Amino acid sequence: MSIIAKVTRREFMKKSALLGGGLVLACHVPLAGKLAIAGTDATFAPNAFLRIGADESVTIIVNKSEMGQGVYTSLPMLLAEELECDWRRIKVEPSPVSNEYNHTQFGPVMVTGGSTSVRSEWERFSRAGAAAREMLIAAAAESWGIDPSACRAENGYVTGPEGRKESFGKLASMAARLPVPENPPLKGGKKRRLLGKPVHRLDSPAKIDGKAIFGIDVYEPGMLTAVIERPPLFGAKVKSFDSVKTEALPGVRAVVSVQAGVAVLADSFWQAEKGRRALSITWDMRDGEKTSTEKLRGEYAELAGMPGIAARHDGDAPTALTMSDHRIEADYSVPYLAHATMEPLNCFVDLGKDRCLIKTGSQFQTLDRLAAAKELGMEPEQIIMETAFLGGGFGRRACTGHDFVLEAVQVAKAAGKPVKVVRTREDDIRSGYYRPMYCDHVSAALDKNGRPSAWRQTIAGQSIMTGTSMEKAMVREGIDHTSVEGAIDLPYNIPNVLVDLHTTKNNVPVLWWRSVGHSHTAFVVESFMDELAHISGNDPYEYRLSLLANRPRHSEVLKIAAARSGWGKPMPKGRGRGIALHESFGSFVAQVAEVSVDSGGNMKVDRMVAVIDCGKIVNPDTIAAQIESGIIFGLSAALHGEITLVDGRVQEGNFDTYPIVRMDESPVIEVHIAKSDAPPGGVGEPGVPPAAPAVANALFAATGARVRSLPITAEKIRRSISDRNSRA
Amino acid sequence: MITFNLNGRAQTVDIDPETPLLWALRDHLRLTGTKFGCGEGLCGACTVHIDGEARRSCITPLRDAAGKNVRTIEGVPSEHPVKQAWLAEEVSQCGYCQPGQIMSAVSLLEKTRNPTEREIDDAMSGNLCRCGTYGRIKKAVRSVAAETAKGGKKP
Repeated sequence: MSIIAKVTRREFMKKSALLGGGLVLACHVPLAGKLAIAGTDATFAPNAFLRIGADESVTIIVNKSEMGQGVYTSLPMLLAEELECDWRRIKVEPSPVSNEYNHTQFGPVMVTGGSTSVRSEWERFSRAGAAAREMLIAAAAESWGIDPSACRAENGYVTGPEGRKESFGKLASMAARLPVPENPPLKGGKKRRLLGKPVHRLDSPAKIDGKAIFGIDVYEPGMLTAVIERPPLFGAKVKSFDSVKTEALPGVRAVVSVQAGVAVLADSFWQAEKGRRALSITWDMRDGEKTSTEKLRGEYAELAGMPGIAARHDGDAPTALTMSDHRIEADYSVPYLAHATMEPLNCFVDLGKDRCLIKTGSQFQTLDRLAAAKELGMEPEQIIMETAFLGGGFGRRACTGHDFVLEAVQVAKAAGKPVKVVRTREDDIRSGYYRPMYCDHVSAALDKNGRPSAWRQTIAGQSIMTGTSMEKAMVREGIDHTSVEGAIDLPYNIPNVLVDLHTTKNNVPVLWWRSVGHSHTAFVVESFMDELAHISGNDPYEYRLSLLANRPRHSEVLKIAAARSGWGKPMPKGRGRGIALHESFGSFVAQVAEVSVDSGGNMKVDRMVAVIDCGKIVNPDTIAAQIESGIIFGLSAALHGEITLVDGRVQEGNFDTYPIVRMDESPVIEVHIAKSDAPPGGVGEPGVPPAAPAVANALFAATGARVRSLPITAEKIRRSISDRNSRA
Repeated sequence: MITFNLNGRAQTVDIDPETPLLWALRDHLRLTGTKFGCGEGLCGACTVHIDGEARRSCITPLRDAAGKNVRTIEGVPSEHPVKQAWLAEEVSQCGYCQPGQIMSAVSLLEKTRNPTEREIDDAMSGNLCRCGTYGRIKKAVRSVAAETAKGGKKP
């Protein structure tokens, strides 16, 4: 067993400060009033977001995981804007797991999710930069014997009257002896240099050179690589196994049975994988989940036709629907979806006698660490968890079951070796924690002007949060908020609204998937709204707008999307435009899709126009990139994504059976950011929800085919067209 | 024992010649810029050049590289016009697929200095990106081609 020679951050910071004599500033508000003296524990406690070295280096410690959303650039921008440092000198360091880095809104956990990073850290990172700036100015003023109000900070220097000028690095050790200001002033909007302007990502150079270290790139001395042969059904277990052939293979060092299956540890991945293929395992299938998605769809659809637990109840929708002489009804469904991050799940664990080192790309560090501690019978503080770059997260790396971390901990414990467990793509796709499958029954009553007087959406699907540590916070009176979000906040002005829910149960693990409940509800709400517009003989854009009287932010993005997309301009035969609007994670997004459909029902998405109002902005280029990204992610679900179970076995395994959008299917995308002074909203997820309904609505405009289940395949389009023709 | 030229230098590896080149590069030579994504040549994250051709290293046995020139992302200098275009267009998000994307783009542009949209799609559609950076990749490829057409450096 190798000894963990890892120096903890606290030790490291002590050492580096003693060597470098730099300013380590604990800018967390609770520290205000205390002295930030170099070399003391108070100063070097890991609640610092900033280190300024005598060598002019500016290190910003970021407590959010970088998974593509640009947080290693946006949070430093917030801090640097106030600090007035030289942007080119900034280095970003991932924070360790510690209370100082906990989420400002989600409770005592370090977590990256819910499109909250900028929103929740805006104040803290800004104040951290401002406090440091004020201290550097005070240090310079003191050394010059003048009043601080005569000095200012700019681009890494403090300047004063008569050409006085000193660099941050030279001022660092002096500033470190000063008290941290309690409420440092923040710059006004007009003086901003960084915020609101496109800034290049700080992580790009490492990423294009192949130097960025993702979890899978962790290699430590003495480390073995493991792969795990997993049971064919969720909940099945190892009964017995024969590893004689495996153990005879070169490079194989151990074979161990763990909860997740049988792990083969070898000197290299390929040797482990060959060893795994030589295993002979008998599974205990008694507790295995044997359901099929086809069966579930039937059950869910039936449930959705019956009253569930009310999640929103305005007026009396059931009565209004019964009394109406113009009632519209439809059934919708969405399948299970895998996250399919490009980097397959993996985790490195080095377990010592009283310490454990975990290196992985996680969005969920505190809870992963807690789960590992429980598994090992250790205190969480005995576990050092380091965050690597995440080769995509989309929620999968915030796993409520901590699966990829726990299995690596178990393998390391069973084998007594430092090990990196790597999943193959098939392991990854078949490992569950899917976006749940849902069926919806929606109905509406139209008044004599064609406006909806009643709306009812009955949802059936599994709960993501039930049975997790977040159940208490997220499940109230039988309603998992993630099952109904995006449905209960229906923005349209309708007097009678009922959203009700049936929570189904089975053993297929489910999880949040980029935009969570909105990924399902936006498709249903915005498709059905489109149906109502067409049935009542209205333009889908005008119809929506007319129902948004008291919703200025919804209305505004919708109007801009219509204007920018050329809404209303005629299109050639076989082509169509569709619009969708959805609020999620504090932001408002409207999208217009343009599609073309050939006679065989093959649809191509040609263009997507998106408008987002996400309030005050940090980096407009990152916002555009995230909306582009969200659209492609949404299109993969709209056109391809589906996890199918047959007698409990997941049928998909790799990108041939679980395709995602490729370049040749990728539309032209135009993103517009609406001007807004509202508080900041999220950008990582809100681009996803409107994509599928915009495409479904465009398909209808092009062909008259209404596809109410995702993914929208050519077969479903053909079936819908022929159903329509046979009815006509 | 397999000997090949890796990023301009002779390299000998003494492992099972059936080992996929990807794992020889990553596990044995510690060139981790080449990524594992699917293991079946379906996603392009593992793309390298063998004698100038873009190849999926996850399904290429090491023995196929014997005596050949292998170029990985680490062998393409940071100043290379394709990498510079990637920075200028701010392509990377999570960045995991980008080494493979860049290797495919370099191969395309070395052969076809001014590719059509169709040629870009054909050359690049085997490289998956879950962050959906395709639009920016296309812009970056086009900008290199435009630069070349103006008489700039050949990529």
